[in-house]
Amino acid sequence: MSETVSSNQAQSLAAEGIAVQLRSNKKIMWEKFLQHKLAVVASLFLLLLATLCFLAPVIAPYEFDAIDLYNIRSAPSMKHLLGTDALGRDLLTRLLFGGRISITIGLTAALLGSFVGTVIGSSAGYFGGRIDNLLMRFTDLAYSIPTLPLIIVISSYSNTQAFGIVVIIGLFSWMQTARVVRGAILSVKENEYVTAARALGAKDRLIILRHVLPNISNSIIVGATLGVGNAIITESSLSFLGLGVSPPTPTWGNMLMDSQATMASQPWLTVFPGMAILLTVLCVNFIGDGLQDALDPTL
Amino acid sequence: MLKYVIRRTLQMIPLLFAISVVIFSIIQAAPGGPEGTLLDRGMFVDPAAIDAYRARLGVDQPVYIQYFKWVGAMLTGDMGISFQTQRPVLMMILERMPDTLRLMGLSFIVAAIIAIPLGVFSAVKQYSTFDFLATGASFIAIAMPVFWFGLMMQYFFSVKLQWLPVAGTMTVGVGGFMDKLKHILMPATVLSLHSIAGWSRYMRSSMLGVLNQDYIRTAHSKGLEKRTVISVHAVKNASIPVVSVMTLDIARLFSGAVITETIFGWPGIGRMFIQAMHARDYPLLMGIMMMGSTMVVVFNLIADVIYGWLDPRISYE
Repeated sequence: MSETVSSNQAQSLAAEGIAVQLRSNKKIMWEKFLQHKLAVVASLFLLLLATLCFLAPVIAPYEFDAIDLYNIRSAPSMKHLLGTDALGRDLLTRLLFGGRISITIGLTAALLGSFVGTVIGSSAGYFGGRIDNLLMRFTDLAYSIPTLPLIIVISSYSNTQAFGIVVIIGLFSWMQTARVVRGAILSVKENEYVTAARALGAKDRLIILRHVLPNISNSIIVGATLGVGNAIITESSLSFLGLGVSPPTPTWGNMLMDSQATMASQPWLTVFPGMAILLTVLCVNFIGDGLQDALDPTL
Repeated sequence: MLKYVIRRTLQMIPLLFAISVVIFSIIQAAPGGPEGTLLDRGMFVDPAAIDAYRARLGVDQPVYIQYFKWVGAMLTGDMGISFQTQRPVLMMILERMPDTLRLMGLSFIVAAIIAIPLGVFSAVKQYSTFDFLATGASFIAIAMPVFWFGLMMQYFFSVKLQWLPVAGTMTVGVGGFMDKLKHILMPATVLSLHSIAGWSRYMRSSMLGVLNQDYIRTAHSKGLEKRTVISVHAVKNASIPVVSVMTLDIARLFSGAVITETIFGWPGIGRMFIQAMHARDYPLLMGIMMMGSTMVVVFNLIADVIYGWLDPRISYE
């Protein structure tokens, strides 16, 4: 018997002497995720890529700022698998080192954005009334100002480091999460178990953290996954405009900073970092898609 | 309906005031005043000259007075004077407007013409090779940084194949229709990429939802041709939410225009925004951001109105 049955059904079936295999929600989700083949392949590929990037100091063929004066602007060859840039720095090495920063920026900015969005959305949804009104008007306000131009202006104020980029991107990417979380909370908080918890004297904080948030974590997780890709792309756009993480620290974004000038003569300098971004974001989005299917109990 | 539009329009007013406060504060937070561009060059400038410069631009006054002056002037249609060119910001924006509108308009049309049929066919032939390819392509499109796609296009079509010009709006001294079309083709494609991907996905899922409805089964059982059922009954109903998303995206195209115009040397508002940022031309930056935000707010209202107009089930009471 392999069909999924609820515990009530299981009890009644067991009473009739039918053997039932009970499966936990986690296990069901995990199996659903494994059925999404693209998401599985994407996870494995991303894991491999991230491992390679984070092992960069060990496995990279050169130092990230090592200069090979005999091979400046050289096309991909056996010595430099993906070629070198205008300073004779090995592109493969810089891609690996850059990936560490870019992936970290993507993850932390998405985490920050989801955290802010969850706090604002859950406060608005749970407390309702004037707090809800105030927070949602604030969300509307943040939504109304075009995000990219705003981020561009703020990044232009200082010579930014990775940390600053994370904060800027994170603080301007919470609005979607806030709205989704608020909506989810509005429907969850009407459930009897929330009323029961309140009747037992549970404090608001405990009810939100223990009873409400775990039930809406699905939408937060999916939103955060998609946020990783968006953050990586935003970082690269800022870097392209010269406003991202300052050199010499390589990121996939700032490796593309001069690409418009070098593209015609050294296309590999544009193609490879862009491919790295494309593949990473693609994998992240496939994983998000897989998680969405796996975590949605109605499917 | 009219009541609803009036109420929503009135609600826009406090929102736009709040936006103006945020934009003004963010620009105020900029380190160094407009004289920074002089000091950046490492020149020695007489402090008295700097004071005179600041007084002339009006940045020597208390912040709140600057704000009220700015907002007050904006209510009369005066967005201030550009630090850089000493010309009215509104005039500079209006001058650049036609080129940006041309680019955004063509991108919008191209995106709509491609995305809607793509979504419809994907849904009708769900899980077919076509659906698989269309879905894959839209995933790839969404995962690409816009500027990188633009650079790749330039590399293939301008550098390698030499079919299309790299940048600009027209060849100096030529400027015929074909010449202009050749110039706008790449930027418009690049700008529409994310819209095509997003809208076609949206159209697909909306269409899948509609195809399961009872009235579609009824139409089939009446003996109507499959074509008629899909084009008359299904597409019409499935496009209602998509049209509203498309309307919202018009304002979002502006964010994309900032990057696209910069890559293709397109003399529109997006590129002027980046130039203003480098020159610390604060009145111009504030003007462009105010314009972009107003667009978002207005198109939000238009999207809601269109939604209710197309879908009679929505009531405004």
